[in-house]
Amino acid sequence: MKTAVSAPPARRPGGPAGRRRPGGGLSGRLGPLGVAAVAVAALLVLAALLAPVLAPYEPDIGSIVQRYLPPGPEHLLGTDQSGRDLLSRLLYGARTSLLGAAAVVVIAGVGGTLLALVATWFGGRVDAFIGRVLDLLFAFPNLLLAIIVVAVFGTGMAQATVALAMAYVPYTARVLRSVALRERRLPYVQAAELQGLSGVTVSGRHLLPNIAPQILTGAAINFGYAMIDLAALSFLGLGVQPPTADWGLMVSQGQDSLLQGYPQQSLLAGTCIVVAVAAFSVIGERLGGRAAGGRA
Amino acid sequence: MNDDVKGTDGGVIGRAGGGSRRTAGAGGSGGSGAKGPGGAGGSGGNVIEISGLCKRFVTGRGSGRRTVDALDDVSLTVADGSCLAVVGESGSGKSTLARILVGLEAADAGEVVLAGRPVARRPRRAERRARARDIQMVFQDPNGSLNRRRTAGSAISEVLAAHHRVTGAEARRRVEELLEQVGLRPAHARSLPGELSGGQRQRVAIARALAAEPRVLVLDEAVAALDVSVQAQVLNLLSEIRRDRRLTYLFITHDLSVVRQVSEEVVVMRQGRIVERGSTTQVLDDPQHPYTRLLRDSAPRPGWRPVRAIGRDAAEVEA
Repeated sequence: MKTAVSAPPARRPGGPAGRRRPGGGLSGRLGPLGVAAVAVAALLVLAALLAPVLAPYEPDIGSIVQRYLPPGPEHLLGTDQSGRDLLSRLLYGARTSLLGAAAVVVIAGVGGTLLALVATWFGGRVDAFIGRVLDLLFAFPNLLLAIIVVAVFGTGMAQATVALAMAYVPYTARVLRSVALRERRLPYVQAAELQGLSGVTVSGRHLLPNIAPQILTGAAINFGYAMIDLAALSFLGLGVQPPTADWGLMVSQGQDSLLQGYPQQSLLAGTCIVVAVAAFSVIGERLGGRAAGGRA
Repeated sequence: MNDDVKGTDGGVIGRAGGGSRRTAGAGGSGGSGAKGPGGAGGSGGNVIEISGLCKRFVTGRGSGRRTVDALDDVSLTVADGSCLAVVGESGSGKSTLARILVGLEAADAGEVVLAGRPVARRPRRAERRARARDIQMVFQDPNGSLNRRRTAGSAISEVLAAHHRVTGAEARRRVEELLEQVGLRPAHARSLPGELSGGQRQRVAIARALAAEPRVLVLDEAVAALDVSVQAQVLNLLSEIRRDRRLTYLFITHDLSVVRQVSEEVVVMRQGRIVERGSTTQVLDDPQHPYTRLLRDSAPRPGWRPVRAIGRDAAEVEA
């Protein structure tokens, strides 16, 4: 209260030596392609958020007499085998697909970060043990692991998401562990450690903020993979269940129509997946490349 | 306050004691120690007493497995208020010694007594915290010694808060004081490490160490990464601080010219052993051990011609 003259750390350039902060403008870091990718990703998220407003029809209700309608003024992208509006289904499908992938990335990111920090902080046997467990999980292909989990816990969106998140943990944990380990060896971490500060404090205050760029980068790259894998699980009938709109499920349900000469549904949903995955991968790689190159 | 007064006396005594030549790990009692510190229960005038310290590192696995004795039965005493330089080539174990002293590494065998208190070999957190109030460390690398995402001020106040009960305003005031003591401006509290020069960063690291108000400062090659003019400034600063605060320094370095500037006593280490100890002038002007001679003759100086086969010379030293 008294004499709050010395301002709290409202750090502005123009301090003692107002130099450029590490990692300046975000657009500068992304480059033109990255900016385009961000725009595409933002558009997709916006479409998902505004699906109830934008969608001209209910996504799950169709009329059997209006099946396989070609694109036209009534149905901009045509209809599917049940006469449901494809545009509406794609918009609502974006919700399921993006939300599912986001959930996978968040769960895997949190789990992987925790494991990495624990392994890094304790080192020695703890590190070795966590490493072995991760190796064990690595031995299983991602999708197979997810399928096993779904087989045990049942099909459905939530189960598929959690299963996939578990399959992704080893990847995030391994990358983050190596980054955190490098950071752990720096003197500033040891300076904090020798003050007798707890592992939680040092990890949270020093390690976590400094590995945050890698966490975010990994999340962005994983996001694309998670979308593909979730779509695959839905395609296999293990993930999202009909009649919920989901891109992966739409590709799968469009199979029959495809054989009958109506490829729209599979093509459109597949294109959406490709575009979304490409956008998030580019973002991830741009962030990662710059973060790795631009270290002080 | 009380400690400080004792520190001066101890320093004088320590220097007197260090005058007599000792070799190969025969850590003496550090002189007479007429006025032993009372409160902390120190013994004689020694703030650091190390005896029989061993540390072995194992590298590689299977057939590639090798062991390195970083410390091999090292005994050493440092008088309160003195400055002891530890010199040696890289790999001589001097950094390991420093890291064991501050508790970053655990010794395999041996005892460390800090300010009269024996320290646990594998300290728990509370012990580590207690130890940090006696001994602090300044690291070599000015780039890595500060968190690049946190301000200089927050680095210092973190240590303040870890050891002293301070309110926010008090902490800010202390941070500014400490920054001024190391020759920086209070405004530097808000700088990120990236905005500071190497010398400034090292000054912040010194201020951070001082924030705990320790009795001993371990300087592990603290000026090695700085260029010569900055090095001189920081060395002067360190001397001033030691005089003002009556601190004890353990100055780890490979640079013999630095040794002459800062310390009155020097210990020469080689392959984990102490090969020579004595007053700086004695050891550097009239080295008794062949390794010390080699070390001295290998140091660049005007008109110096590099010794070619340093490996062969080392082998001769061995013989």
